[in-house]
Amino acid sequence: MSAVMITRKVRKWEKLPGKNTFCCDGRVMMARQKGVFYLTLFLIVGTCSLFFAFECPYLAVHLSPTIPVFAIVLFLFVLAMLLRTSFSDPGVLPRALQEEATFIEMEIEAANGNVPAGQRPPPRIRNVQINNQIVKLKYCYTCKIFRPPRASHCSICDNCVDRFDHHCPWVGNCVGKRNYRYFYLFTLSLSLLTIYIFTFDIVHVVMRSVDNGFLNTLKETPGTVLEVLVCFFTLWSVVGLTGFHTYLLSLNQTTNEDIKGSWSGKNRVQNPYSHKNIIKNCCEVLCGPTYPSVLDRRGLTQEDLPVPVASAAPSSSSSSSSPVPQTTHAVLCLQKTKAPLIPNKRTPDDAKPSIAASAQKSPSPKEENPPAPKAPPLASPEMDVETSINKDKTH
Amino acid sequence: MAETHSLQDLQQPAVSSKVFVQRDYGSGTTCRFQTKFPSELDSRLDKQQFEETIQTLNNLYAEAEKLGGKSYLEGCLACLTAYTIFLCMETHYEKMLKKIARFIKDQNEKIYAPRGLLLTDPIERGLRVVEITIFEDRSVGSGR
Repeated sequence: MSAVMITRKVRKWEKLPGKNTFCCDGRVMMARQKGVFYLTLFLIVGTCSLFFAFECPYLAVHLSPTIPVFAIVLFLFVLAMLLRTSFSDPGVLPRALQEEATFIEMEIEAANGNVPAGQRPPPRIRNVQINNQIVKLKYCYTCKIFRPPRASHCSICDNCVDRFDHHCPWVGNCVGKRNYRYFYLFTLSLSLLTIYIFTFDIVHVVMRSVDNGFLNTLKETPGTVLEVLVCFFTLWSVVGLTGFHTYLLSLNQTTNEDIKGSWSGKNRVQNPYSHKNIIKNCCEVLCGPTYPSVLDRRGLTQEDLPVPVASAAPSSSSSSSSPVPQTTHAVLCLQKTKAPLIPNKRTPDDAKPSIAASAQKSPSPKEENPPAPKAPPLASPEMDVETSINKDKTH
Repeated sequence: MAETHSLQDLQQPAVSSKVFVQRDYGSGTTCRFQTKFPSELDSRLDKQQFEETIQTLNNLYAEAEKLGGKSYLEGCLACLTAYTIFLCMETHYEKMLKKIARFIKDQNEKIYAPRGLLLTDPIERGLRVVEITIFEDRSVGSGR
């Protein structure tokens, strides 16, 4: 049985495990459920549009033209922070490749020693001392790594995230090390924007009512009622959230740690990451270095797709005595925005070849992910390739 | 078929094993790697050389993550421009990562490759480990 190998170049984001969605060829990374994010966007853009349409003309003339200008600046800043939070990599830790996972397993087994049959092996925990505090590092069975301190596995996105804060459905993404400051600035600027719109709505209604009467004012600017309603409910939630995160920021804690009560002070456990200085804590998170993404979403990698060929294939030689190497490499550079792992329909035959696709595959020279014969690190995509090839054949 | 195999052997030495140098979290979440010398490298490398490489790496990462006037200024300036300035400017961390990549390439060429070893840039492993690939000793058989 011979196999034709089609090697195609794919972007690394197409092969990433986890439940993220990617757009713009890997530049944008979000969670799968985006419905609430669209709602957030709609509420912000909608309310601000009503403000610019109904209130701003009156206020610019009767009070000052700087009012709408400042509103526009604030609105753009809010949008920028929201999109930055939603679209960036929160600090996802890539899963361990096969060799690393095996190495760690061997270390664990060596540390555990002989476990008597029938007994459960001890939990996989590593103790680290950080600033005179013992911190337990837990083993992640999905990612096959010992999670760094402050990292946590998000079950919604199925990724380990560094300095995991929480998964926010309103922004449609996890909040972690890389995008926490954008998230905080988003909530802060949104609070300011909400207060700003609310205040000037009231000012506008009062000023206009003096001239025209209250009911007439509402008739002339019906958008005001809607804006006031939205702002009123937003105020309580967003301002509260900003206050909560300001508190967390000053203590250098994450929402996750706060909920779990990691540093609540019982058993004399203190937060080892805090600088014990409110300003320094805030500065570190908000003005500290911008951490790069370690995912390399747009890097290129090669993917080998074994395409079995029936023995009557005319072009690619199936006889073993041919001097031409059995693997023909047709390098197809495909750049797609979705990640279908189904190969394109250029298989030479659609006769039913046998399923021995992995029969003869010489390993390709160099690639990021090892070929299918070895246990692939990203088990699920490879399996999908095989099953999809099989599915293709049965048509 | 046999020819194909030996051709491949000549092109690329076989990987004997891999060693993973783990992170050192003793001083918090900043990026540091353990300087403990792995026993698997005993026959190939000097303990001191290994420690020097790792220590230099640690220093470079420390510089990338340093909290100081420069990083605060960069952060504040970026915030004022709603972080759009990063579309045209490289962050300090990214510059340091390039420096680290050059350092690793340099170390591989000068020290590690002649000894049949290969350092992998930690950024390719999520800044979790320094992967050192140990290749088979070429002096044993040529596979021809």
